[in-house]
Order: sequence, then C-alpha cells, then structure tokens
Amino acid sequence: MISSQKTAGLLFQLAGLSFAYQKHPVLHDIDLQLYSGKFYGVIGGNGSGKSTLLELLMGTLLPLNGTITYRKKLLANYSKKELATKLSLVPQHFSMDFDYRVYDIVLMGRHPHIPRFASPAQHDREIVTQAMVTMDILDLQNRPVTALSGGELQRVVMARALAQESEVLILDEATSNLDIQHTIAIMQVMRKRVVEQGFTIIAAIHDLNLAAAFCDECLVLKDGQIYAKDTVDNIFTSDLLQTVFSVEAVVDNNTMTKHPQIQFKYQ
Amino acid sequence: MIGSKHLFFIGVLFIILCATIISATGMGFLKISPIEVIEILWSQFTGQSPEGINPTFPFVVMEVRLPRILTAALVGGGLAVAGAVFQAILLNPLADPYTLGISSGAAFGASLVIILTIFGIVIPPWFSIPVFAFLGAIATLIAVFSLASTDTSLSSNTLILSGVIIAAILSAGIGFIKYLADEQVGIIIFWLMGSFVGRTWGDVLTTSIIIFPGLLFTLYYARDLNIMALGERTANTLGVDSSRIKKQLLICASLITAISVSVSGIIGFIGLIVPHLLRMVLGPDNRILLPACFLGGAILLLGADTITRAWLPSEIPIGVLTSLIGGPFFCYIFRKKQMALHS
Repeated sequence: MISSQKTAGLLFQLAGLSFAYQKHPVLHDIDLQLYSGKFYGVIGGNGSGKSTLLELLMGTLLPLNGTITYRKKLLANYSKKELATKLSLVPQHFSMDFDYRVYDIVLMGRHPHIPRFASPAQHDREIVTQAMVTMDILDLQNRPVTALSGGELQRVVMARALAQESEVLILDEATSNLDIQHTIAIMQVMRKRVVEQGFTIIAAIHDLNLAAAFCDECLVLKDGQIYAKDTVDNIFTSDLLQTVFSVEAVVDNNTMTKHPQIQFKYQ
Repeated sequence: MIGSKHLFFIGVLFIILCATIISATGMGFLKISPIEVIEILWSQFTGQSPEGINPTFPFVVMEVRLPRILTAALVGGGLAVAGAVFQAILLNPLADPYTLGISSGAAFGASLVIILTIFGIVIPPWFSIPVFAFLGAIATLIAVFSLASTDTSLSSNTLILSGVIIAAILSAGIGFIKYLADEQVGIIIFWLMGSFVGRTWGDVLTTSIIIFPGLLFTLYYARDLNIMALGERTANTLGVDSSRIKKQLLICASLITAISVSVSGIIGFIGLIVPHLLRMVLGPDNRILLPACFLGGAILLLGADTITRAWLPSEIPIGVLTSLIGGPFFCYIFRKKQMALHS
C-alpha cells in the first residue's frame, strides 16, 4: 500500500545520467528518484554540479548519457509550453536591462497560461497579486525593476515563479541575496506550501543550517556524483561534513526547533 | 500591459505620419498646398482630373515626390523596427542594424552586383540588388556573432565592438569595389551615404513586400520577445522556444535591413534613436513598442529627408544627416549606460 502510494507520487526518475560541458565531465552515474510533496535540498561544494543537476531537471540542458523522466514520460518529450506549467525556476543570477514594472515581470509568470493574443484574465491578476503579497513586494508593484536592490529583485523573481503555478519549484540558491528576515519568511512560505498543498521544491542551498531547518531530504553532491541522499537527520553528521566540505563541525539537535544545528569550528 | 493610453498614442503617431506625408508632398521647388495634394490623391481614386489645379502638379505629386516620400517612410519604419528587434533579442540598448554592421554588410553585398557586371554577368537589378544585400546582411550577422561568441553572455561592448570591426572591414571592401568600378563611383557613394533621390513606385512595392510581412511577423512574436527580456534560460522555463525565435527574428530583422539598404544605401542610427525615445514614453512592452517604432521611424526619416530635399539650399545625403544627429545621440546612450553600470 505504502509502496504503491510512493510510485504514484514519483516525479523525477534519473537513470545512469551523465553530463559534460565540452570535455569537462560534470555529473556521472546519477541514479535518483524524487517524489511529490517534498522539500529537497541539494548541497555540495562549489563546482560540485548542483546548478547543472537543476538545469537537467528543468530540461534546459540535455543529458549526455542516461535518461530523465518526469511522471514516467521522458522529459525531452514534453513540449516547452507543457513543461512550463509543471516546472518553474528561480535562477541564481538575474539581471534586467529594460525597465519593466515589477507587476509586469510577475505577470510574465502567467505566460504559459495565457493564450497568445489574449489579455490576462481576472483570475491571472488575482494570482499575480497573491504572489506579490506572499513575497512582500506589493508596495513595489509599480516600480521599474531596474531601480530595485538585489534582494528586492530576488523576491520579484520568486513571485514570478510562484505566479507560474507549477507543480515543482526549482530554486538555485534563491535566498543567497536576501537578508535573514526575508530568507526565513520566504522559506516558511515555501515550507507551508509543501506541507499544506503537496507542492514540491528542489532547492540548491549553500547555508547548511537553512537546509537542515526546512528540507525533508537532502542530496549531497561530491565530485559529480550523489554522495548521499537521506533525511536531514541522517545527512548532517560530523563525518559527512568532514568528507564532503572538509570542515570540522559539531552537529547538535536544536532543542528549540528539533532540527539538526551545525556549529562550525572556525579557528 | 496594453492600455487605452497606449492605443491613443499609436493613433496620434498614425495621424502625424499621414500629416507629414501630405505636407512633405507639398514641399519642394514647386509649392503645392496640402488641400491640393489631397485633391490630387483623391482624383487618383475617382479617376477625374482635379479642377483649378496646375496641370503639372499631379505629375509632380504622383511620379516624382510620392514614391520618394513613401520609400523614405517605409525605410524609416523598417529600420526602427529592425533596431527594436535587435535590442530586444540581444538585451542590448545599443544594438541597431548600423552599429551591428548589418547595414554595411547589406551595402557591401549590393555593391558586389557592380563587380558582377564588370565580369559581364547581368542579372536584373530589381532582383540582384535585394538578394545580394540580404546575403551580405546575413553573412555579416554570422561574422559579428562568431567574432563576439567568445564572450558567452554577448555583452553590449563585445557585440558593438565586433560590429564596428566587421563594418570597418566591409567599408574597405566597398572602397575597393569603388576603385574597381571607377566610372560608376556615383552608385557606390550612394551605398555609402544613403539617398532617396529618384525612387520609383517599384521601390515602394519591393520595400512594402518585405517590410509589412516582416512587421507582422515581429508583432506575432512580440509577447515572446517581452519574456525573452528575462534571459534565455528563464524564458525557456516559461515555455518560450527562445533559440528558435531568436534565429527567426534575427533573420527577419536582417531581411528588413537588407531591403531598406537596397533602396536607400546605409542610413544609420534610425534603429537606435527611435526605439530608445519611444521606450522612454511607452515603456518596454514590445506589443506596443514595435508598431510605435514603425510609425515613429517613418515620421523621423521622412522628416529628415524632407529637410534635405526641400529646405536645405543643396541636398546633402540623408545618411550623412542621420549620422550627424544619431552619432552624438549614440554617445549619450553609451555614456548613460556606462554610468548606470558603475553607479
């Protein structure tokens, strides 16, 4: 019973996957299954292949070898438009040269839902407003995006991805530009969506304590391979942090939140 | 978002364009009042000869001035749309057919036709010139992009520098053709400096055949162009096939540039100034910006051509005039952009 439920929730299945940029191998021998309704963290050092893995999941890069399926259909067999209603992305870097208003950018998230020559419907506008409320940018809606700070811009991009109403949200270090207040607020909103609406999040995260606090499971990438994939309680151990990140650390169980809490040895 | 304010602005531009066409038709050595111009145009539809008007006026309007005026308006509109498309695709406010070297490529291609005639190969010019201009434009596009491709983000400066380098080589090439074709120097100068002198209804027809479908094609993809402002990667995740649309629109904009150059020579900066000014008024939404650019470009180039034709004591080449206005404007945008980068 439990196992059939599990296959029903299967989203991504990666088998024998490898990828290389020209002659530089980045990922190899990746076998992975990701299920719906979970918050996955992807952790690993710089250059361990986190962003590449996320791009492969988005279908914006094609694997060199192996296969990726989404809901049992090859990812490459989905049309771009169809995929846009299922997966959305918050990229690591975002810049904008044209002075679109914040509202227009968030509305662009509705692009896959609005027919080519149609105007946005009332329903679309409501979703856009809701996404701006969630990201705390409603008061910025008429500002040109070229006049925003890095953190504000990042929240605009997140709101755009939320307005897309996909099944899966892929975050590539989406909170790295944000202050602690907004980081926690946004992670809480995301967590709530996962728990209450069965939303799926796959997020590359640099801040290990943040990953430990909000994720259900973490994938650890090392040298282009999956070093470990497990629940956060099992992932965050002194041994793993030593092997993967080459740092000395103590992991406590935080009495306040019941999440693993990592303390690094700085000196 | 498209509001009634935007549509009103488009309507105003359209009325200004019509008024410019009619008053420009009346200007020149023979002064013809706008009323008389309208009467002459009306008589073309009704087939009756207008009464009380100097009998030479209909000939002046229909056979001398109107073809030139309409060609100038079409070319101005086409170059402005091509500029707006290049800017939107390359995410680069400095891109335009001239700064990317595409205009020079088209002019080089067109002047190659003269080499062919030296070798005794005669192809009808109404066919050979646009085709060679297009081949020259596409070859230049490919050359500029492969030169700039070492910089994967295709930054403004790399792309413009590549355009300038390729354009310099092409100008030397045109100069060489000029040396080979010494008795036909006048034609080469025409390619280099741009002019609307002696345009015919045939030119109006060939430019219309390319520019109007080109405009419709770019309008079809206007919303995708907006999404592509988010960057190619994000646009792909929103269901826009950006690499395909990018290629098709680059070819479309090059085709519009090529047909414009093949009837008027190199006319710089229209594609830079018009989208830039209109974006300041209307915002960056391409669904409004592209039609506004067509009308605005038509008004600006027709206005400039009318100044050299009817106001100045002797006619200076239109390309020289637009570069005199556009060059400093380019400096201004470049400087503003650099300051924004470093602030």
